Amino acid sequence: MGSDVSGATSTEATTAPSGALLEVTDLVKHFPIKSGLLFDREVDQVRAVDGISFSVDKGETLGLVGESGSGKSTACRAVLQLLKPTSGSVKFEGQEIAGLGRRELRPLRREMQMIFQDPYASLNPRKRVGQIVGDQLKIQKVASGGELRKRVEGLLDRVGLSPEHYNRFPHEFSGGQRQRIGIARALALEPKLVICDEPVSALDVSIQAQIVNLLDDLQDELRLTYVFVAHDIGVVRHISDRIAVMNQGKIVETGPADQVCEHPRDAYTKKLLAAVPIADPRESAARRAERTAAG
Amino acid sequence: MSATPETAPVSPGTGGGPLLEVDGLRVGFATEDGRVQAVDGVDFQLEPGEVLAIVGESGSGKSVTAQTLIGLTRSPNSHIEGSVKLNGEELTTLSEAQLQKVRGRQIAMIFQDPMTSMNPVYTVGRQIIEAIRAHDSKVGKRDAHRQAIELLEAVGIPDADRRVDAYPHEFSGGMRQRAMIAMGLALEPSILIADEPTTALDVTIQAQILDLIQDLNRSRGLATILITHDLGVVAEVADRVLVMYGGKVVERGTLTDIFYDPQHPYTWGLLGSLTRLDQPRPHRLPQISGAPPSLLNLPSGCAFRPRCPHEFGKCKEVPGLEARLPEDPNHRDRCWLTAEQKRRLREVEGRIGLEEPRG
Ligand SMILES: Nc1ncnc2c1ncn2[C@@H]1O[C@H](COP(=O)(O)OP(=O)(O)O)[C@@H](O)[C@H]1O
Ligand SMILES: Nc1ncnc2c1ncn2[C@@H]1O[C@H](COP(=O)(O)OP(=O)(O)O)[C@@H](O)[C@H]1O
Ligand code: SF4
Ligand SMILES: [Mg+2]
Ligand SMILES: [Mg+2]
Repeated sequence: MGSDVSGATSTEATTAPSGALLEVTDLVKHFPIKSGLLFDREVDQVRAVDGISFSVDKGETLGLVGESGSGKSTACRAVLQLLKPTSGSVKFEGQEIAGLGRRELRPLRREMQMIFQDPYASLNPRKRVGQIVGDQLKIQKVASGGELRKRVEGLLDRVGLSPEHYNRFPHEFSGGQRQRIGIARALALEPKLVICDEPVSALDVSIQAQIVNLLDDLQDELRLTYVFVAHDIGVVRHISDRIAVMNQGKIVETGPADQVCEHPRDAYTKKLLAAVPIADPRESAARRAERTAAG
Repeated sequence: MSATPETAPVSPGTGGGPLLEVDGLRVGFATEDGRVQAVDGVDFQLEPGEVLAIVGESGSGKSVTAQTLIGLTRSPNSHIEGSVKLNGEELTTLSEAQLQKVRGRQIAMIFQDPMTSMNPVYTVGRQIIEAIRAHDSKVGKRDAHRQAIELLEAVGIPDADRRVDAYPHEFSGGMRQRAMIAMGLALEPSILIADEPTTALDVTIQAQILDLIQDLNRSRGLATILITHDLGVVAEVADRVLVMYGGKVVERGTLTDIFYDPQHPYTWGLLGSLTRLDQPRPHRLPQISGAPPSLLNLPSGCAFRPRCPHEFGKCKEVPGLEARLPEDPNHRDRCWLTAEQKRRLREVEGRIGLEEPRG
């Protein structure tokens, strides 16, 4: 707790004048490909993240979009130091966090949280909802006993669950509700930055919309900063202020959300845009005719 | 029996009437907690060469409807009522052996996860070859192998003559879905049932699979039942649409009806949930709150009542699936609001959506 406070003040002193909460520069994460019978010899590398730079201002949502395998999740994890970057810089409130040790990172863990795609795999099936949401509050000694319970119930309420869900297990919930549990857990420590890694990709469209609206509301209420990841540029455009398009470990285009979607510059961005279904049959038929004519 | 067209058992459209006719279909399951009425009175017809979409949230009974068509929900704890006729022939009373012949040869089904219907220890080619030879033992191995390659080519798998010898796990998700479609096509069925075929895929791959489904529909006259939770997908390929909620069809109509003149508040909510690249961004998505009901005990009256911001006294009674627009007898819905009220209430921030009426 003590180190936490001093950490916060020292970072404030070095806050970049740009107002960027997060600043990522030339971030690289390569995975070794090993082979050999007796010795693990490194034969090649997967260039999952291959030198990306972006920044996110306080209160802003940056959308990160790309196909499966483009390196989005690796980028998220490398930013949060859940994976050790191969090289590059990650500054949070002006403070370099790339390469920090476990202990130095601990206070920062409160400020930066993550929401995952798979609401089934990311919740411990043996823990009750109250425990899942409250664990970090307890571990970081923020609250305990009756106070802890009250805070967890407040969080459940805030994400649209009922306080009565406190003692239930994850399997008793639908995909959308589990995603709400994941959001409550991420918000428990009142983070500044939340990285949402495909939080809606596995959900029905109706539930996607609920979660997107919930994230919007929470951002307004709690002045959160988001990095929102998806493979569907339609969803990304809706929620983001700016968009970064990622392809094969690199960011190929960045810009304001409407600009990127209305006047894409990169061919890959155009491909992503062309793939999103248009919920207007006349327009989608016209587009299809164009596509078939083109080849 | 041979899988070649001239001797295919039933060719589409021979008898005039619909290819598939479903009447009063009800499917219930006895469970520990009570009876789950998964499908509760579904009627529809599928014409040769058309694409019919069944759309709704998870748990609305779409898959059970589709599976029941080809007898996949038969079990000691299921109770099935109603009629399913293929070219006038009743399927619900066929024996399992007779149904086996219908599956594949006349109706093929593909699923969200192709792995569930592929055998991981056999090559993709071998599975197609076995499907062909199981239905017609006279087809030689070499011919079947050649057919398998042709099928893989037809569904857009590059290097088909090499890939035919690959195992399912060596394919990407999109390629696997193509391979499963190829398997489905092996016996030249007249109907393809595609149950959420693109739900697990990236939008880029989804677009390719939807193109493929439409190509097959156009080039082979393959009638298709496409199941999805996403009206965006529906807009891309369907001719007609059934919107399902709580085991019932709550609205049905042509693509034009459903997208430009939707009558049921649930349909408005599904439309409002879509993030649209072709429109300015709304402040909020005018979506549906809450979750679909448990099919163990549906709300009384209109099943959508607990989630409907427009409900009123009359909604305590169950609305029938009726044509409520005098000019359009084939556009039907289950909502008590008047057509005039519907036109007014569905408009939210210049688009269609579901929201508490203001003022
Ligand atoms: N732990 C790992 N070891 C080796 N390769 C990995 C690892 N994690 C991810 N990759 C590879 O890195 C690339 C990017 O993956 P990922 O970041 O998960 O992409 P996305 O989230 O955009 O789908 C992929 O080729 C993936 O196979
Ligand atoms: N074999 C079964 N036994 C009991 N309930 C079932 C069975 N199969 C499906 N159901 C139930 O039927 C309902 C409808 O399921 P389904 O048709 O799969 O919905 P959808 O495809 O629209 O998501 C669900 O509540 C599901 O749990
Ligand atoms: S019948 Fe009533 S509750 Fe049902 S959809 Fe119509 S207005 Fe809503
Ligand atoms: Mg990922
Ligand atoms: Mg289903």
